[in-house]
Amino acid sequence: MMAAATLGSWPGGFAWAFARDFRLAWRSPGETVLVIAFFVLVASLFPLGVGADMRLLERIGPGVIWVCALLAAFLSLPTMFSSDYGDGSLEQMALSSHPMVGWVSGKIAAHWIMTGLPLTVLSPLLALQYGLEADTLLVLAAALAIGTPVLSLLGAACSALTLGARGGGMLLALLALPLFVPILIFGAGAAEAQAAGLSPSPHLSLLGAALIVAGMGLPSAVSLAIRIALD
Amino acid sequence: MRALEVRGLRCSRGPVTLFREVSFAVASGEWVAVRGANGSGKTTLLRCIAGLTHPDSGEVFWEGVPVGRDRSAYHEALSYGGHLAGIKDDLTADENLEALVALRGRACDAEGRRAALARVGLEKRRHLPARRLSAGQRRRIGLARLAVERAPLWALDEPLTALDDEGQRLFEHLLADHLASGGIAVIATHHPLAPDATRELMLG
Repeated sequence: MMAAATLGSWPGGFAWAFARDFRLAWRSPGETVLVIAFFVLVASLFPLGVGADMRLLERIGPGVIWVCALLAAFLSLPTMFSSDYGDGSLEQMALSSHPMVGWVSGKIAAHWIMTGLPLTVLSPLLALQYGLEADTLLVLAAALAIGTPVLSLLGAACSALTLGARGGGMLLALLALPLFVPILIFGAGAAEAQAAGLSPSPHLSLLGAALIVAGMGLPSAVSLAIRIALD
Repeated sequence: MRALEVRGLRCSRGPVTLFREVSFAVASGEWVAVRGANGSGKTTLLRCIAGLTHPDSGEVFWEGVPVGRDRSAYHEALSYGGHLAGIKDDLTADENLEALVALRGRACDAEGRRAALARVGLEKRRHLPARRLSAGQRRRIGLARLAVERAPLWALDEPLTALDDEGQRLFEHLLADHLASGGIAVIATHHPLAPDATRELMLG
């Protein structure tokens, strides 16, 4: 009468985790707001600190915006799995009849919607302070749109690997930030190439390739790391 | 015929061997009480049965099949209740119940959830965030979940923690219903429960 059994499925797990994490973030938006506020504040402090030398600002703009986005995305990583680990939800998810890869991917997608997407949308606005040209702004936003999901995927893997470790936050920084470096180089490189009058497409293609590889492989790696953490 | 069988389970945590050669079988309508002093490995045994912890040796069979072979079918048949209830503070009792049940791949409409929460005495509080509920009331969400999921196998770790006398009677009713409908349960508990355990397993 009440519970009609249906088979667990990948999309079922994905939708479940995505909807739940979204609802939780909606209920207590503090963390999402912190990430966005951090990004906006730090990206706005640089032009004030560096001074009004437009040539210099234009030169450092893409790199600074990327570093700010990367650090902002990193801010929300420690709690990505640890809050579910702490209250027992992660055990229940691991015992779900949905495949683990499904709900892990759902959580990563929700993480990107709540951090990477707002950062991408805000980036052209913030980049205006650095006097970037319109087409450079577009390339910067495109690079962030492709690159921030890779940051969410890599961050999820590091976050899962440090689950349950004492001093996990420090370990997470040591683990995640070096892995973010290639994404930072190609991401900032795309906008710099555009500003220098070169084609940004090699950088964007490399970012796209990184996204495909990370999207195919990392959810399974995250699942494995969570299984080990729960053992 | 539903049956859970545990064969030669052995598990150690670091240098300490918690238990060795634990074997038992439970058939439809039976339940096993796992007893033992604190630290004797009751939780670890239940986690091994649920498939969360890998035992050093031995195997768990569900309906004659090793549980590792088809995890998702096994997990669909299992309701596991651990130390931590898996309740989110920011969700209401009703939403927590919905999320827990949906995770098992089962659908449950609002009316079904209302009835289950009414049965455990949370009907008036079902739209309160779980952070406003007491420890015992949060446990009751777990009881409502057992009633809604109707899984054939329960593996429960100290389900009576924080429950009052009425809560304990409620749990006993649920357990009696579960066994009467052919369910199987493995429960770690220090309390005597009303449907007497078919078998007692002493650890340590």
